[in-house]
Amino acid sequence: MSDENNIYLDNSSTTRLDERVLEEMKPYFFNTYAVASSEFGYSLGIKAKKDLNKARKRLAKRISADQNEFIFTSGATESSNLALKGVVNQIDSDQKNHIIVSEIEDFPVLNSAKTLEKQGYDVTFLEVDKEGFVNLDRLEEEIKAETILVSIQHANQEIGTIQNIEKIGQICKSEDVIFHTDATHTFTRIPIDVNKYNIDLMTVSAHTINGPRGIGGLYISQDTPYKKWIDGGYQEFNKRAGVVNIPGAIGFAKAAELVTEEENERLKDLRDYLIDRVLSEIEDTTLNGPKEDRLPQNANVTFHFVEGESITLHLDMRGFSVSTGSACFSNSLEASHVIMGIGGDHERAHGSVRFSFSRYNDKEDVDKVISEIGEVVEQLREISPLSE
Amino acid sequence: MDFPYTDKVLKHFKDPQNMGEIKDADAEATEGSPACGDMVSLQLKVNDDKKIEDIKFKSYGCASNIATGSIITELAKGKTLDEAKEINWKEAADALGGLPSKKAHCSVLAVDGLRAAIKNYEEKHGLITNKEPTTIEDIKKKLKHVMNPISGLDIVKTDLVQDITFEDEEVTVKIDLPTDHQFANNIREEIREKLEPIHDIEKIEVTFIR
Repeated sequence: MSDENNIYLDNSSTTRLDERVLEEMKPYFFNTYAVASSEFGYSLGIKAKKDLNKARKRLAKRISADQNEFIFTSGATESSNLALKGVVNQIDSDQKNHIIVSEIEDFPVLNSAKTLEKQGYDVTFLEVDKEGFVNLDRLEEEIKAETILVSIQHANQEIGTIQNIEKIGQICKSEDVIFHTDATHTFTRIPIDVNKYNIDLMTVSAHTINGPRGIGGLYISQDTPYKKWIDGGYQEFNKRAGVVNIPGAIGFAKAAELVTEEENERLKDLRDYLIDRVLSEIEDTTLNGPKEDRLPQNANVTFHFVEGESITLHLDMRGFSVSTGSACFSNSLEASHVIMGIGGDHERAHGSVRFSFSRYNDKEDVDKVISEIGEVVEQLREISPLSE
Repeated sequence: MDFPYTDKVLKHFKDPQNMGEIKDADAEATEGSPACGDMVSLQLKVNDDKKIEDIKFKSYGCASNIATGSIITELAKGKTLDEAKEINWKEAADALGGLPSKKAHCSVLAVDGLRAAIKNYEEKHGLITNKEPTTIEDIKKKLKHVMNPISGLDIVKTDLVQDITFEDEEVTVKIDLPTDHQFANNIREEIREKLEPIHDIEKIEVTFIR
């Protein structure tokens, strides 16, 4: 159940804040608002630091990391930038100049890799299969003596494909290259153990789990070479300069704790219910991404012969928020690189719609959106020259 | 609620006018292609006074594309072919109370479609008296209507067209893409479609040079 007039199904973009998170954050705006100070600072700062580290510990525990290996950032974009550029800058040499990323990474990793490429690094954009999975044999082939780092996301932002990061971690370990994964959409949704999976760096964020915006985290294992590259103070183990967003950090820890196994199972049920009904009740539809090994909160379907922005606008006028991979919807006017990456063409991206769920959605929302989208698609197909 | 379009655009988007097909149309045209994104098809019924008696459209596109298709049929209906030819994008956009400039390329298809349908009528009915020899510039103009599916912009603007030669009724277009590129066939087909109707072109060769 969402707001009375709007059913929000774009939770992979961002989520509504949970009131319980806000309650836990409040004292850090009005009472314990000092910066985290050293043990020789004043009491308010010492208290702030103590509570910040408690939040850090709560989050680190969730991924089986040591609390000294988890730094707070302003969000997933900063985390992935710090990870890729921080590692590459530290290791950079004539012998080591190659990185590997998947071609369907979200923009922070994808565009960091492109920037590094412009700076002269050798970058491999690893292709994926038609469901979005990286071919592990191909990954092994691509790793060479010059390879510094592999960055492959845990799960995809648009089509929900969950990569086999345990296997990828093993490959990276045996080839002795550093492994970063963007877990923005999987953190708390799918169990992650950074030690078991041989993860060296990992991006996480609060805004995808009904936490606040503007706070994220980066796991950096103790022995990972990393160069701090935004100059400033000595915060966050001297790895990330800048006054730490303590209310955000407290909210992040609370938001992570509120995600339960039960909730994730409920989201999976909503996802499967939507996918099954759409594919069986609406003709000429294709599921984007896999049926199994899929993010609990993500469904993505192409409605053939119609265009996505037309669908989203019609749905918006009827009180639903969803997103599309159509070029017409994006500011860049480029079709989704993810749908193109899984071998789709513009037609497939054009009519793709992503539905993503959170704790504030229920089965009734799915029933409503399916009945509306059925009508909308039928209406648009009537005016489409492609459907007969 | 805050929608990105004017009320007029939304009205035409929600309830498009003159939508559908004319059974015994006198002329028709399709602009755009599914591989590139938006697509509009238009059909005309023209009376003895060379007036557009009926006009219908279909759209595979975004809101701007649908709304422009709708408004352009309203603007063209009842006009003579010569008058209808003069309808431009600005006029259509103004009639809609304005369109986001970013959406120009989605909405210009309907204008192109109307002009192409009129041309189709004139060609069919031998109304084009001016049969001057086609120039490279004329060919280039036609190629500007072929989209580059990689970017969604046309193949001339995106520098995919490396070279055009035209000799003895034979055109060769060189495209800066590998032969096995996923969109190679698509682009070849579209180029053929655009160049075939030209009166002094007999043979069309599309080569991929990368």
